[in-house]
Amino acid sequence: MFDTTSSLPPMPGVGYKPQHYSAIRDDPAPVGWLEVHAENYMGDGGRPLAQLRALSERFPISVHGVGLSIGGPDRLDPDHLARLKHLVGWLNPASFSEHLAWSTHDSAFLNDLLPLPYTPDTLARVCDHIDEVQEALGRRMLLENPSSYLAFAESKLDETGFLQEIARRTGCGLLLDVNNVFVSATNLGYSPQDYIAGFPMAAVGEIHLAGHDEDHDDFGAPLLIDSHGREVAEPVWALLDMVLDRAGPLPLLIEWDNDVPDWPVLAAEAERAARALTRVAA
Amino acid sequence: MTSLAETSFRNALLRADAPVPEGLTDGEGRPAGRRYDVYRNNVAVALREALETGFPAVAKLIGPENFARAAGMFLRAHPPASPLMMQYGAGFPEFLEQIEALRGIGYLGDVARMELALRQSYHAADAPGLDAARLAELDEAALMRARLVPSPALRLLRSPWPVLSIYRFSMEPGQPKPPARAEAVVITRPDFDPVPHLLPQGGAGFLAALIRGETFGAAVEAAGADFDLSATLSLLLQQSAFSDLLTD
Repeated sequence: MFDTTSSLPPMPGVGYKPQHYSAIRDDPAPVGWLEVHAENYMGDGGRPLAQLRALSERFPISVHGVGLSIGGPDRLDPDHLARLKHLVGWLNPASFSEHLAWSTHDSAFLNDLLPLPYTPDTLARVCDHIDEVQEALGRRMLLENPSSYLAFAESKLDETGFLQEIARRTGCGLLLDVNNVFVSATNLGYSPQDYIAGFPMAAVGEIHLAGHDEDHDDFGAPLLIDSHGREVAEPVWALLDMVLDRAGPLPLLIEWDNDVPDWPVLAAEAERAARALTRVAA
Repeated sequence: MTSLAETSFRNALLRADAPVPEGLTDGEGRPAGRRYDVYRNNVAVALREALETGFPAVAKLIGPENFARAAGMFLRAHPPASPLMMQYGAGFPEFLEQIEALRGIGYLGDVARMELALRQSYHAADAPGLDAARLAELDEAALMRARLVPSPALRLLRSPWPVLSIYRFSMEPGQPKPPARAEAVVITRPDFDPVPHLLPQGGAGFLAALIRGETFGAAVEAAGADFDLSATLSLLLQQSAFSDLLTD
């Protein structure tokens, strides 16, 4: 139905932060593409749009939405979908992705990625929403696996099976966030290696990597928080190798959204991602 | 279509004192407990930080604890109506003015209005500034009948308080203590950074009339007796306050 290959290159990318504009313009290596949050570029004009236009002339851009609320029971906000269509229309990004999560409830946007139960009902709801998005944008989207701090007792399907079925029914691709896999597996007591082994790699068009914080729940069990505020943890790099062994080279994104470091720190993370890619390409 | 657990998950998110909803577990059958609070906390922190980013001078004026309390009240009463966080907080100035404990700080609402106007200006549509030569080409009668089109990034704020002086005093170290006076502020965006300027005597009445779409002549009249036309006009033209000139 839609073009099925992501046109992001199998190289390291970074989540774009305006404070890195000059550094990226002067010497982006080893970064080969950039990701932006869709909602930050929905203003009427000014510096954000001017920077994005300039960057898009040099780099493939991935537009990553955080506001569609694809996993929620409410209908998709038609105004927001129209804004997204406008952005994707003028920018023509290499990729568009969103989350298996919800963020809007009764027209209130909660600015967080919130979880849903995995049941036949929610599966049908998510597929309807993805059909609507892909129809509106006229392109295939990628759907990202969430980070979870709890589970719904009513869930009937496991997450990999849920995502696989969504991809099968809608034709969408998947964005595999390896940090989210490690965070969720640790928090909910399953094996991240089993999750990776069961993930439908053929549908994966992009990988996310980020740092997390450590906390504990009421019973003293580890509770990892998907904070995007530090370096990628060692067990996540090890899982990445496992992903790349299965899937081959893919676009790898370093996300760092809080306590954003100076460019050299972020570039060093991208260097490490480049080495992980070189290993499987060799 | 919506399960009970989903509904209660949503309804307890913005209520810090509500019990953790039923039907949520740690993945191994034990109740979710404070795991749910991670989401509750994420929502409150994300919205509060958006307000802190949008209203840094207000935060400095009332201090971080008071700001967190005011922001917490606001975000529970008025969560964002759209996913565009750049627009969040449009009702915050009025809300601050209704908080009993902050009533003594009369200027707080106008400082918040100015910060909101700066943010709106930052994200406004681009438009090249009007070339001043186009005004000079008109004879006086034609000039008086002409209308100046405000740039999308132009904002005007008239306050009974020294709003710009208070803003600068709170944001820039070493600024003098604000004088006791009313201030009228024009915000322009000649490039990408909005800049606030004090308007000369009569400038606010003049500019407000132009923004309403009145002619140049009517705006001069609206400005009043002590209006400094040349100072006002050279400031506005230099700062790309207008994008076009309509003549008949």
